[in-house]
Amino acid sequence: MSKPNPADRKYSKEHEWAMDEGAGTIRMGITDHAQELLTDIVFVELPAIGKKVKQMEPMAVVESVKSVSDVFSPVSGEVIEVNKELEEHPEVVNEDAFGKGWIAKLKMDDPAELNNLMDAARYTEMIKEEKH
Amino acid sequence: MELIFEKSRPGRTATTIPEADVPEVAITDIINKSLLRDDVDLPEVAEVDLIRHYTQLSKRNFGVDVGFYPLGSCTMKYNPKINEEVSRLPGFTSLHPYSPVKFSQGSLQIMYELRQYLSEIFGMADFALQPAAGAQGELTGVMVIKKYFEKKGQKRTKILIPDTAHGTNPASSALCGYSVVTVRSNAEGGVDIGQLRELMTKDVAGLMITNPNTLGLFERNIEQVSEIVHRRGGILYCDGANANAFMGATKPGDLGIDVIQLNLHKTFSTPHGCGGPGSGPVGVRKDLVRHLPVPRVIKKGKRYDWKYEFPDSIGRVKTFYGNFNVMVKAYTYIRSLGPGGLKKASETAVLNANYIKERLRAWYDLPYDRICMHECVFSGKRQVKESGVHTSDIAKRLLDYGYHPPTIYFPLIVPEAIMIEPNETESKETLDAFCDTMIAIAKEAKENPELVKSAPLTTVVRRLDEVKAAREPDVCWGRV
Repeated sequence: MSKPNPADRKYSKEHEWAMDEGAGTIRMGITDHAQELLTDIVFVELPAIGKKVKQMEPMAVVESVKSVSDVFSPVSGEVIEVNKELEEHPEVVNEDAFGKGWIAKLKMDDPAELNNLMDAARYTEMIKEEKH
Repeated sequence: MELIFEKSRPGRTATTIPEADVPEVAITDIINKSLLRDDVDLPEVAEVDLIRHYTQLSKRNFGVDVGFYPLGSCTMKYNPKINEEVSRLPGFTSLHPYSPVKFSQGSLQIMYELRQYLSEIFGMADFALQPAAGAQGELTGVMVIKKYFEKKGQKRTKILIPDTAHGTNPASSALCGYSVVTVRSNAEGGVDIGQLRELMTKDVAGLMITNPNTLGLFERNIEQVSEIVHRRGGILYCDGANANAFMGATKPGDLGIDVIQLNLHKTFSTPHGCGGPGSGPVGVRKDLVRHLPVPRVIKKGKRYDWKYEFPDSIGRVKTFYGNFNVMVKAYTYIRSLGPGGLKKASETAVLNANYIKERLRAWYDLPYDRICMHECVFSGKRQVKESGVHTSDIAKRLLDYGYHPPTIYFPLIVPEAIMIEPNETESKETLDAFCDTMIAIAKEAKENPELVKSAPLTTVVRRLDEVKAAREPDVCWGRV
């Protein structure tokens, strides 16, 4: 079973999370449910710092033994920091998707876009429905 | 089994090189020292060891000549031996590509006629035979589309691709500079018409559809799809990878398809070559023929010739004329089956897939429950839920029973997908034996899940640590 979805952040329907870190920035990653579906992650292609992304467009790639999947950006903005540790240790995403397995930090173009995302309760409901 | 390097003993050899009858020259005298190395460590073995080593390796191969190979979306059909015999005729194998046309009339005739046959079977104006495989055929098709809009002076930047597409479709589009927009599937596994209507704008070059799609389902709304794409001036491209499902039953040209690529190494029973040589002819509607690759075979009276002067052509996509011997095999297949035989092949392929679908439906989830075409797609979701056995475990367990597993985890929209394509060459007995095995594995998954999770147990190489192999790849063997 996947870990509970923390209430301190927002969620996309493509299974990314975004945590408001103040000053118009967010930290993002994929959810624990996503890493569970992907199984063992063997490679994370991180975006370049300075890359401009749009909400729900591909920004990174995660590769597991089973598949290669796009990671969608939960907001529009600019990549300001990436989790370099994932280059050497992609398994951190499996171990701690909501914490040490974060993927990038972004400077948001429009913080109001966060309202397009789900809160933890709704996201939990969504993945429950998917399982049926 | 030892590697050939491990069998090596210094000084052993499989050949004796006669004494030199010219003065010996030290290699360092003629080749710069910086280009030489002495650590290459080539294996040294006797002839008998050499022969045994490779004969043993060859016995471990699995192919359509060894057993059932129901790899979905790949059409691993048996390759009739007459194809091989004909393509090995010295008139074909000894022909040099630079031979003057007067000495290669027969070969040119085969290429010309193969184009005519394919045009007739698929309802297209003409075909180009040059592309070396399906994916290159796709690329060629998209290049034709790009050329078409360039000539019209229209700037279109996007290509639409359904979420059930083969991965090569977006790759071919992206290589031609198009950005790819995904069209989702509707509840019955077809294109979501509403979304297509929304996405099909003036800057979209066209839609790359696979019909039947990778769920093995025929696109029921193909006429509507065609109408929507064409009304906006777009091109309807068909990935013909699944052509084995409809030969003689329908023609893509009649369905509004403007460009199609075929995979001769699938539908037309030429060998799948693990990367080559394949053949991926591209068929187009009439006004696109001028964009096809050059040179093209033309017929003047009773003589055949090469023609290079097509100024609107995309140019050459392959050295010489494509993989000619593969074309000979496909030509032989078409001629030996004839129109009625090709239709029967498709009908039997569809019947066989539906037979498997019906026999296994009680044991595996069927996410899109419709009459299927040449392949059926199950999901291993039930097994995951009941006992934690994944589709990959089921596939590995099939190895213990002597089968090549079906395609798994594709199409991507089906979780734990198991995609089975038996094709027409298999008898009812073979299909029954395979279904019995799949049912036995479903029972094992329930009663003894650990057994299935640890499969394969009887193969030369047991289950590999895929995670370790991907995270810490070690692809070079070294002497310890």
